[in-house]
Amino acid sequence: MDGLNIPLNHILLVSSLLFAIGMLGLMIRRNIIFILMSLEVMLNAAALAFVAAGAHWGQPDGQVVFMLILTVAAAEVAVGLGLVLQVQKRFKTLDMDHANRMQG
Amino acid sequence: MSETIWLIPLIPLLSSVTLMLFGSRLKVSQIGIIGVASVGIAALLTLWLATEFMQNQQVIQLSLWTWMEVAGFAPGISFYFDGLTLVMMSVITGVGFLIHLFSTEFMEKDPSYARYFAYLNMFVAAMLVLVMADNLLLLYLGWEGVGVCSYLLVGFWYQHNANGHAARKAFIVTRIGDTAMALGLLLLFTQLGTLDIQAMVGEANQTWQVGDTIPLIACLLLVCGAVGKSAQLPLHTWLPDAMAGPTPVSALIHAATMVTAGVYLIARTHGLFLLAPTAMTVVAVIGITTSLMAAFTALMQTDIKRILAYSTISQIGYMFLALGVGAWSAGIFHLMTHAFFKALLFLGSGAIIHCLHHEHNIFKMGGLRTRMPVTFWSFMIGSAALAALPMTSGFFSKDQILLQAYQLPDIGPALWMAGLLGALLTAIYSFRLVFVVFFGKANTEPDKDTGWRMAVPLSVLCFLAMVGGWFMIPVSEVFPASDGSHPAHWVEYVSISVPIVGVLLAYFIFYSGRLKIDGLANSTLGKSLGQFWLSGWGIDWLYDHLFVKPYYGLANMLKGEPVDAIYGLIVALNQTFNHWLSVAQSGRMRWYLASMVAGLILVITLAANLSEGAL
Repeated sequence: MDGLNIPLNHILLVSSLLFAIGMLGLMIRRNIIFILMSLEVMLNAAALAFVAAGAHWGQPDGQVVFMLILTVAAAEVAVGLGLVLQVQKRFKTLDMDHANRMQG
Repeated sequence: MSETIWLIPLIPLLSSVTLMLFGSRLKVSQIGIIGVASVGIAALLTLWLATEFMQNQQVIQLSLWTWMEVAGFAPGISFYFDGLTLVMMSVITGVGFLIHLFSTEFMEKDPSYARYFAYLNMFVAAMLVLVMADNLLLLYLGWEGVGVCSYLLVGFWYQHNANGHAARKAFIVTRIGDTAMALGLLLLFTQLGTLDIQAMVGEANQTWQVGDTIPLIACLLLVCGAVGKSAQLPLHTWLPDAMAGPTPVSALIHAATMVTAGVYLIARTHGLFLLAPTAMTVVAVIGITTSLMAAFTALMQTDIKRILAYSTISQIGYMFLALGVGAWSAGIFHLMTHAFFKALLFLGSGAIIHCLHHEHNIFKMGGLRTRMPVTFWSFMIGSAALAALPMTSGFFSKDQILLQAYQLPDIGPALWMAGLLGALLTAIYSFRLVFVVFFGKANTEPDKDTGWRMAVPLSVLCFLAMVGGWFMIPVSEVFPASDGSHPAHWVEYVSISVPIVGVLLAYFIFYSGRLKIDGLANSTLGKSLGQFWLSGWGIDWLYDHLFVKPYYGLANMLKGEPVDAIYGLIVALNQTFNHWLSVAQSGRMRWYLASMVAGLILVITLAANLSEGAL
């Protein structure tokens, strides 16, 4: 336990980096599968920040929230992949921009 | 009979309603019979009434029911019948019947035959209500009723834009007078508490002294109404344009009956006018001015109906003069004789127009004397009566007016002189018409002569126009007696000779050509004066620039609804914002996300900057 003492700031830096990468991917990717993956990256970035914070203050809450995020991510993927299948079926493409039917 | 006088206006009204409802299902002959017979029956009833009245001189007052009752104001649907009413009713039903008969031939080919008779019958009914009313409100109902019928009949051939315009002009210009008249009625009611004519006049004589201000104002307001209806200055401009209607309509409404309603109104309320001598002077001055102005205008017109229209204005001017100088019975007498000879002239012109392929310009006629003999003699007699040549009906009535005008103190002789000038002009323009249309060389060939339904009314009216002057109208009980004095004999001789001089002048100028007026007419002054008269003294132009054009300008300005523009701005602003926001709703997830991120960064930066040290 004591040997591996990484400062909190470093972990948060990694976490925010991951978060930014995920968000960037979300914004620039067109393929819906990549978008889902970017979303996963962002979720995990947030989870990492929770775990680090929980370890830093010696509280269990961080890990509790991590479990919650894991569950949410699993549910989200289940729904998301279902949607991906439907999108592929209806539009014959996975390109998000082409799946847009709004007139605006 | 006295209990059933309400039948007289009711029968034409019923016939009008019948024709309106079932006109399209009836045959032309049936329509003609219904339309003419209803007025014929009314005329017979009037004749019966007249014979009874001549025997017992009984004034009839008949109250049918109370029209409305509000706070002590209870005008009735009630009729009042005396000598004056009898004269008016005889003219309306008698001349009206002849004109209806004439119309059956004149309008035979018209597709809207039923509509024509429906309007014409309704007019007769409304006019009868006007003259039979015993209170001013019922009179006003008839007054507006004839106005509506006049509007409908002037615009009868509504397919032409100009006719619709003329109809609207007739309606709106008379409406100006009617508004003033309505104010007069309100004033009289608030002051005297009743609109019942006899009671009102009695009350007025007890309440007011001669020369008081309130009767003066009330009388002037009534005069405004009369001026509008009777086409006197300054509201006369509608009558020449009203000639757009069918010619029998011009004869009935715009010569014989409706336009004389103003004369009737003043005569009926003469008890009020006697309390306001100033108002009477105003009436006389309006009358004589209009008479001269219209006579000069008639001198220059080339449209046969417009000549007669201006002549009508001029003759009604004489009636106003008569009323203004207190020659009540002479005014009503002239009203009656004028109805005879002017209806005759209008029907004669209708016959010409009918047989000459709707030609109106007198200089395109000519030489009709031998080819349309009935019409020629009608016109000769009608013009002689109009010019007041001795022994014709017009002579007796106009002579009475001029002589009584002469006897008025102060302005009397001046009015007389002006009246004589008018009589001279009348003789010139009426015989100019005769000489140009019936003599000389033929310019247009008539395709037919008049049928019996035109010839009979013309002949009867010829007879009336000749002998009408010998009728004794039974109005001595209605009006205060004149003093009966006679002016010097030379005055009478001058009055008689002036029309003859006029006829001779017309003969030398327009027939024999011995008197050359070309030089005078072609000089600069003569030309511009002629143009000025032709345009009706530029009054139409003046009104056009003074009222019509500014009104149109204002209407045009308001058409864009400037006040609404403010609210329109709010709408436009909202729509712009909405447009911007709807552009943002593109459905492109990545843009949403990007804007969310941008917003997030903005918020965090702001928070960091605002609370330094919080982070």
